Amino acid sequence: MQLKKKDILDIESLSVEEINLILDTAEGMKEISERPIKKVPTLRGKTIVLFFHEPSTRTKVSFDIAAKRLSADSISISASSSSMVKGETLIDTAKNLEAMNPDIIVMRHSEGGAAQLMAKNVRASVINGGDGRHAHPTQALLDMMSARQKLGTLQGKKIAIIGDIAHSRVARSNAVGFSKMGANVVLAGPPTMIPKGVETYGADVTWDMDEAVSDADIIMMLRIQKERQENFLFSTVREYSRYYGLTEKRVKRAKKDVLIMHPGPMNRGVEISDEVADGPYSIILEQVTNGVAVRMALFYLLAGGSRDGDTD
Amino acid sequence: MAIRISGGTVLDPGRISGQYDLLIDQGVILKILEPGAPFEGVEIEKTIDAKGMLVTPGLIDMHVHLREPGFEYKETIETGCRAAVRGGFTAVCSMPNTRPVNDNRQVTEYIIQKAKDAGFARVYPAAAISTLSKGQALCEYGDLKDAGAVALTDDGLPVANGQLMRRALEYAKGFGLPIISHCEDMELAAGGCMNEGPVATRLGLPGIPNISESLMVQRDIGLAELTGGRIHIAHVSTRESVAAIRDAKKRGVNVTAETAPHYFTLTDERVMDYDTSAKMNPPLRSEDDRQAIRDGLADGTLDVIATDHAPHSPLEKNVEFSQAANGIVGLETSFPLSLRLVAENVLTLEDLIRKMSVNPAVVLGVPCGIFEGAVADIAILDLETEYVLDGNDLWSKSKNTPFGGMTLKGRAVATLVGGHVVYEI
Repeated sequence: MQLKKKDILDIESLSVEEINLILDTAEGMKEISERPIKKVPTLRGKTIVLFFHEPSTRTKVSFDIAAKRLSADSISISASSSSMVKGETLIDTAKNLEAMNPDIIVMRHSEGGAAQLMAKNVRASVINGGDGRHAHPTQALLDMMSARQKLGTLQGKKIAIIGDIAHSRVARSNAVGFSKMGANVVLAGPPTMIPKGVETYGADVTWDMDEAVSDADIIMMLRIQKERQENFLFSTVREYSRYYGLTEKRVKRAKKDVLIMHPGPMNRGVEISDEVADGPYSIILEQVTNGVAVRMALFYLLAGGSRDGDTD
Repeated sequence: MAIRISGGTVLDPGRISGQYDLLIDQGVILKILEPGAPFEGVEIEKTIDAKGMLVTPGLIDMHVHLREPGFEYKETIETGCRAAVRGGFTAVCSMPNTRPVNDNRQVTEYIIQKAKDAGFARVYPAAAISTLSKGQALCEYGDLKDAGAVALTDDGLPVANGQLMRRALEYAKGFGLPIISHCEDMELAAGGCMNEGPVATRLGLPGIPNISESLMVQRDIGLAELTGGRIHIAHVSTRESVAAIRDAKKRGVNVTAETAPHYFTLTDERVMDYDTSAKMNPPLRSEDDRQAIRDGLADGTLDVIATDHAPHSPLEKNVEFSQAANGIVGLETSFPLSLRLVAENVLTLEDLIRKMSVNPAVVLGVPCGIFEGAVADIAILDLETEYVLDGNDLWSKSKNTPFGGMTLKGRAVATLVGGHVVYEI
C-alpha cells in the first residue's frame, strides 16, 4: 500500500489504513536510528524545507534529524530569519519557496489553517508541524505509535487527555487519532479549558481528573501555559496543580501498567510531578525517539523514496 | 426626456400594487396609468418594457462600506455606486470608517459630492458617533446633519463606553438622527475570528460567542428606553439578539434592526477549509441562529435587510484566516439572496420589498415610494431568471463574496435614479 496523499495537514483526513501504514513504516525506520552510522541514502537529492514560523526546538530538531538520516537536504527557515518579518505574505513566501523546487515543506505556524493555505499554494508536499490550536498530526502519530508499541493495539483502550483542551492542537489531533483507532478518549480539564462543541470529537468530557484517569490505559498530560492565567482560564498555578496535576496518587487510580505521556516541554511540579515524569510508567522520552521515526516515515512515504535507494 | 415603464407589476408596499404603467418626467413620477393607457402632453423618448417584471421603489441598502476616502484600492464611491444600481439599489447609506473618518462636515460633503459626480446611486452618509470613532468625544451632530448625514454610527469600532452611548442617544435625539449600533462587547469577543462552536473547535480557531453581540444589544435597548433616543441595531446575527429586540418592541421601545443576507443564508459550516471569503464580523453563526434570523424577519422583529457590503482586496483576504479582514461584498447579491425568503415562505414579496426599501427609508428619514410627484427612484426587478454567480464578474471593485458558484434567481434589469436610467441590463 502506498500513501496517496500530497500533504499531511491533520489527522481527520487520514484513514485508519493510512495511519497504520505510517506507523508500520515508522517501526521499520526505528532501526536506522540505532545503527552506528545512522544514515541511509533513501532520500538523497530530495530537498526538505523546515519552515518554522513559531518557536520550536524539539519538533524542529526531530524533523531535521529525520531528514538527515534519510540523506535528504534539509534547510531551516525560522520566523525571525524569514522575509515575513519584512512584510511578505505567507502566500508569497510559499511561492518563493516553491520556485526553488523543494520536495517537502514542513510548516509550523501560530495560526490555525496556515498549513492548508501553504498546501494550496505549492506543488511540494506539506507536513503540518503544528498550526495554531488546530492540529499537530505528527505529534498524534508518534503518540499513537508509542502507545501501540506498548499495548499492541489501541482498540478498546482508555486514554485520558488532561489539561487545556481548548488551546491544544496536540489534544485535538490525539482525540481524533485515538478515536479513529478504536480507543476511548476522555478529555479532562477545568470548564474554562473545554472548547464549545467538543462533543463532536466523540470523546467523553469531564472536569474531574480523578474520574478521567480511573482505569485509564494511557494518561496524556498537556503543558499548561502560565500566560493563560491572564485570560482568566485558571486561578493560580498552585490550584491548577492540585486539581489537574498528575501525581503518583492519581496514577494509582489508573490501570496497573498505565502509560504516562507528555508532548513536552513539561512544567515539572505543575501538570506532572517529578516522580511521575521520571517514574516507571513514563514513556515520555520514547515518544521523542518515536517522533524521529514517524517523521522519517512521512518523508519516505511522501517523497516517494524508491526501494532502490536502500541498496544504493 | 420622458420615460414610460410599461407592462410591469408595480409594488410599493402599503401604497400601490397592481398592473400599471409609470410615466416619468423631469426626475419625478408624473403619472401612474392603467396599462397601455394613452397620455398626452409629454413626448415619450424611451419606453422600458417591464412585462413580467416587478416595478418597485428603488431599493435602499442602509449599511454599506464605500471605502472612499482613504481605501480606494478596495472600492470607490463610483465603483460602489455602480455595483449598487446593478443590484437594484438607488440609494445606500455609507459607513463612516473611512480614512479620514467621516466625523466632520468636510468628509460628509466630500462623499455626497463624489456620489453626485459619479451619477449612479444616491449616497446618504452615516457619520461617526464619536470623534475618530474612538469613543471619547461626541461629534458635531448638528453640523453633520446640516451637511447631509442621515445617521450616526461607530460601525466597526463599537462604543464600549455606556455613558457615551447614553449621551449620544440623547444628543442625537435633539437633531432627529438615529444611532446605528454595531453591537459587540470586545472583551467577550476576545480576539475571536469566527463563531464560537463546534466548527471553530475543529478548525482550532478562536471563537466569538453570541453573547458578545446580544449583551450589547440589550445595553443599547436599555439606553434607548432610558433616553427615548432612536436606536437601530446593525447586522443582527444571533438568536439572543432577535429575542431581545422582539421583547423590546413589545414594550414599545424605539428600536429598529437589520440583518444581512449572509446571516439568513449561510452558517459557520461555510468557514470549513478556512475560507476567508466567509469571514465577517459578526461571524456566520449556527443553524439555530440562522433559523432565528429568518423567524425575526418573518414576524417583523427585523425591519431591514442591509448587506454590510464590505469590499476588501485580495491583499487582505488571501492570508491566514485569523489575519484576514472581516467582510464580504453584498450589493449585487442582496436581492436574489433575499428573494429566496419569498420562495421559502419566510416573507411575502411585499414584506421583502418593504424591508429593502420602505423600512430603511423610514429609519434614515429619506424619501421612498411610488406615487405621482415622487422622485423617480425605481427598481425594475426580474424575479425569474436563474444564473450561476461568477464572483469575478461583480462590478464592485472587490470580489470577496462567499456566494460565487451559487445558483441565484432574480436580478435588477433596470434602475432609475432621479428619473435617469443609471442601469439597464
